[in-house]
Amino acid sequence: MTEKLKKEWFSNIRGDILSGIVVALALIPEAIAFSIIAGVDPMVGLYASFTMAVIIAFAGGRPGMISAATGAMALLMLPLVKEHGLNYLFAATLLTGIIQIIFGVFKIAKLMKFIPRAVMIGFVNALAILIFMAQVPHFIGVSAMTYVFVAITLVIVYVVPKFIKSIPAPLIAIILLTIIAIYSDVELRTVGDLGTITQSLPTFFIPDVPLTFETLSIIFPYSIALAIVGLLESLLTASIVDDMTGTESDKNREARGQGIANIVTGFFGGMAGCAMIGQSVINVKSGGRGRLSTFIAGIFLMFLIIVLGDLVVQIPMPVLAGIMIMVCIGTFDWSSFSYLRKAPKSDAVVMLATVSIVVATHDLSKGVIAGVILSAIFFAAKISKIKVTKRNVNQNLVFDVEGQLFFASVEGFVDSFDFTVKQSNIIIDFSNSHIWDDSAVGAIDKVVMKYQESGNTVTIKGLNTTSQKLVDKLSIYDDSHAKLGTH
Amino acid sequence: MYKKILLAADGSENSLRAAEEAVKVASLDKQCVIEIVYIVNFTKSRSEVLHAQGKEELELSRRKKLESVEKLLKSHEHSYRINIMHGEPGPTIVEYANKEQFDLVVIGSRGLNSLQEMVLGSVSHKVVKRANCPVLIVK
Repeated sequence: MTEKLKKEWFSNIRGDILSGIVVALALIPEAIAFSIIAGVDPMVGLYASFTMAVIIAFAGGRPGMISAATGAMALLMLPLVKEHGLNYLFAATLLTGIIQIIFGVFKIAKLMKFIPRAVMIGFVNALAILIFMAQVPHFIGVSAMTYVFVAITLVIVYVVPKFIKSIPAPLIAIILLTIIAIYSDVELRTVGDLGTITQSLPTFFIPDVPLTFETLSIIFPYSIALAIVGLLESLLTASIVDDMTGTESDKNREARGQGIANIVTGFFGGMAGCAMIGQSVINVKSGGRGRLSTFIAGIFLMFLIIVLGDLVVQIPMPVLAGIMIMVCIGTFDWSSFSYLRKAPKSDAVVMLATVSIVVATHDLSKGVIAGVILSAIFFAAKISKIKVTKRNVNQNLVFDVEGQLFFASVEGFVDSFDFTVKQSNIIIDFSNSHIWDDSAVGAIDKVVMKYQESGNTVTIKGLNTTSQKLVDKLSIYDDSHAKLGTH
Repeated sequence: MYKKILLAADGSENSLRAAEEAVKVASLDKQCVIEIVYIVNFTKSRSEVLHAQGKEELELSRRKKLESVEKLLKSHEHSYRINIMHGEPGPTIVEYANKEQFDLVVIGSRGLNSLQEMVLGSVSHKVVKRANCPVLIVK
């Protein structure tokens, strides 16, 4: 036990500390931008990033993964904040945590395999599009100087990394352009115009909401959506970190950990968060592997805010918008375009549907649920195709059945028989089929009896063992006609 | 002669030609082992995980990329190992080659992505500069 603890925390001290610092620097602009998306003070996102990172360092199931305030979650909570205020957000964050712990206890990670990749690709793309859309009001139609600053920011974040690798480029853009903005008196909106920064540690308090059923009915829909989206992004991120580092992780522990982190975050005035794909990739790339890297990221972020809070409010909004545009470009899955061409049509439709529903509703959970349902329907439609071919062998008429026989395919099954046949020997061959349920057995009965009515003898053959058992148990045709053997 | 050869491969035409040369060198010594190293870079890892339904499919899709190289080695009945690693291709190959003390690294002069090469410099160049053993670059 202590061996494992030591390995997860202290086997990569130097790499973890350095990468933790890099992540903390990269987190600040995102935490602020996501707070603005959620319609809350920057401190809410910054506190959330601090508590999420620190708690998940201990409670998470995937060492080296970064959790903080995220765009996916911020987008969900905007209507709640608008209509009911901040305290309801904290209460919803608490409830999100409780739901996630319950999910974790019931081993929700297993259900992840039922979410098709088309839905996950749609999820990621929709997220990128929504974050981009949230930036639009901050740079389009504000002022000419705004465009200039956005453009310069983009140039810096894409060109500088080719030459300077040790300092994150967004940080260089922020420092350089904030200084220029302060000393050149250009009129630009700043972070300070949209909220305040408090240079103090978060404190424990109980969200000020009435403990009534009405409160619960307000926050519950938000919490359940937050819990689902949070776990989805966290478990996807965990798989990516697993792959990048070539190690395994405990997904159920991660789900419980996310829950614990959100509960603590709710009590300390933060907004619900989850794991971040982008930041976790940055962490691994910068050499972070252990829990220490996540811990340092949270601590160093808080340290920076306490020391440099005065300067953070001076960051021009166009610079922040520029950085977020970069984040969107990085989040979007650009291989989706070739995926749309190469993947089966139904997968492409599911992906596009997921994206469209999210963009229309601004709710990632709705898109995911719709995507899963849609692909389940496509799947059922695909496997419910059943083929019956007729051929003559000697004096017998043989029907070969090919496909899965279950409630969705019985109609097609019955319809594909030719019932004009009279007075002949009919063999129905199920060698390439499987019988799944009552309606399947019912359909076989129906076909057999219909043929018997017009004076045919019917033989069923080729049933596999499980299908045979089901037919023996449920079928009635055998009773009326003792001659009907199977093989 | 060379006992341990590292063949860096990414499934490109160049890496297939590199494999041919590696086989020629390896055929001089019966005990020579070729290790095919395929590097998945971090950015690619993200999109590959996203596009694969589960771990098995991910593994399969990567093995498929090396299929042509594997076939070549099999047709020469040469013993080989496959090693899929993660990281920035250049530094990861160098580090592994030096750590495991390979006698020779064989690598194609140009991989799949020419745009990246223009911006970041070529992988083969990085390997030549920093590997402690002889490097054979195949055009």
